[in-house]
Amino acid sequence: MNSNPLLSVEELTVCFDTFAGEVKAVDTISFQVYPGEAIGIVGESGCGKSVTAHSIMQLIPTPPGRYAKGKILFGKDDLLQKSEADMAKIRGNDISIIFQDAMTSLNPVLTIGMQIGESLQLHQHMNKQDAYARAVEMLRLVGIPSPEERIKEYPHQFSGGMRQRVMIAMALSCNPKLLIADEPTTALDVTIQAQILDLMKDLQGKLNTAIILISHDLGAIASLCSRVIVMYAGKIAEAGTAIDIFHQPQHPYTWGLLQSLPRIDMMQKQKLAIIPGQPPDLLSPPTGCPFHPRCPHAMSICQEHYPETTVLTKGHMVHCWLQHPDAPKPNREVTA
Amino acid sequence: MLRYMLIRIFNSLLVLLAIITITFFLMHAIPGGPFTSEKNIPAAVLKNIEEHYRLHDPLWKQYIDYLGNLTHFDLGPSFKYAGRTVNDLIRESFPVSLQLGMVSIALSILLGIPAGAIAALRQNKWQDYATMFLATLGVSVPSFVLATLLIYIFAIKLSLLPAAMWGGITYMILPALTLAGQPTAFIARLTRSSMLEVLAQDYIKTARAKGLSPALILYRHALKNALIPIITYIGPMAAGILTGSFIIENIFAIPGLGRHFVTSIYNRDYTVILGVTIFYSVLIIGLNLIVDLIYPLLNPRIKLTGKQGE
Repeated sequence: MNSNPLLSVEELTVCFDTFAGEVKAVDTISFQVYPGEAIGIVGESGCGKSVTAHSIMQLIPTPPGRYAKGKILFGKDDLLQKSEADMAKIRGNDISIIFQDAMTSLNPVLTIGMQIGESLQLHQHMNKQDAYARAVEMLRLVGIPSPEERIKEYPHQFSGGMRQRVMIAMALSCNPKLLIADEPTTALDVTIQAQILDLMKDLQGKLNTAIILISHDLGAIASLCSRVIVMYAGKIAEAGTAIDIFHQPQHPYTWGLLQSLPRIDMMQKQKLAIIPGQPPDLLSPPTGCPFHPRCPHAMSICQEHYPETTVLTKGHMVHCWLQHPDAPKPNREVTA
Repeated sequence: MLRYMLIRIFNSLLVLLAIITITFFLMHAIPGGPFTSEKNIPAAVLKNIEEHYRLHDPLWKQYIDYLGNLTHFDLGPSFKYAGRTVNDLIRESFPVSLQLGMVSIALSILLGIPAGAIAALRQNKWQDYATMFLATLGVSVPSFVLATLLIYIFAIKLSLLPAAMWGGITYMILPALTLAGQPTAFIARLTRSSMLEVLAQDYIKTARAKGLSPALILYRHALKNALIPIITYIGPMAAGILTGSFIIENIFAIPGLGRHFVTSIYNRDYTVILGVTIFYSVLIIGLNLIVDLIYPLLNPRIKLTGKQGE
């Protein structure tokens, strides 16, 4: 990590103006992605993971969305300052995204070859034949058997896992520097999930693409990512290396997430731990730390003030009042 | 594909037979006959006329005879227009309706689809509201009101176009516009809703994420998907427009096929009633078949195999 970051998100705030009021879906978050590394963003539904991902690509419809504050530096350029036309040159070329639902993310009336080839024709200025040849090559790379024939087929002739492979092939066809995977395995069978994650890991090694993996599946994150960001209610609760997060987690929310994982060594009658309550309504978020209504260790200061950033080791930071020198030391023992 | 076509044509013939049978017997069930409105005909003359047209035969025999003639495409003589056959009537008047209809269909497609697409792309902006206001107006204003309005403005006030009659391109403009009014409005509304649905799909987001321009997304990714429900509507619509409209042909004094639909029933002109009904049915069935043949071109998930459940 001695080079300059590929992507640097600085104090990004994304709001949605709804009839009921303003929703801060992403609230002052900052993180960096370095070339070739894989980072994971984890959190419950509605915590702002996908909004963060879509913001980088600027795929948030505005209105109702609004980039209220912050910068998204890609190299030296702030993506938020780019025109729509300049942004279009980056999308699919320098930064690609894979969506959650591969079943609906491919156009049902166009052939696979057409859908992979069109970004090559657009960004790499290839002619039809070259784009086609490259598409075949990409399909082979993602492990689709007999790609020469399958390239002429339509999405409905592919299974869910195969479609996600096609999506990956499509996203990687222009050799992007950054791949954003927005819950790429959520809609797939468990066995297929593992295959897709293996594939992504394999390709990351081969192509040296940086990956942002967004997931609520800690297992998926653990298998692929070297650094992890835990988000809660649009804010970063804790961030650190995978080892920090899985072995020395410091935020009660991270503890909760890790505790609620089913474990193979669990007693048969032992109940799976849950985090009580619901993620907060972002229309009227709780005062202070947004996690305090659900936090078993909440103190009175948690209801009043948002905790400052505590940097524990290089790269490991947490937002929690328990880190304050005067705070009691909670008794816990959680690791993954 | 061939198997599919054969099955479809066979099915169509069955449908046609049902239509003929129902129309035939319903028509004869209406009180009165072709010659009851003629005044002061001596009974003997009436008897001769009816014998000439074989109206004295039992109904089932007339029915069988009619079907027999149909096998060599003979729709029989008209009762009202002496000396002319139903084939003659259709041959004379259909080309007029066809010309007018083609222009109207072209108008409604060329105006309706772009209007609907623009409305969808500019959802909840003034372009959307303006288009949908016009489209709602177009769907709800009856054609005779539109016709009168157009005649009043373009023929009477501005003296730009002829008010009625048939005789060249200029005569075609006002009736074609009138005839295209409702279908255009309907297609615009249909395109808008279909387009909005397609634009909300995930694959449009994928297309945007690939960096495609909005025009390319619209043309390559959205339109083909959005056209599927519109094609479904255009088939039967085309049949309706091509066979002409009684009201519009009356207002503009156009010698088309449409007026025969209504006048033949007043006249109890049995053969004309049946003839135009069959002609209309064949058109509808044919155009629906064409629509079904177009589907697989738009949607690869549809395959024409002629087998159930595939």
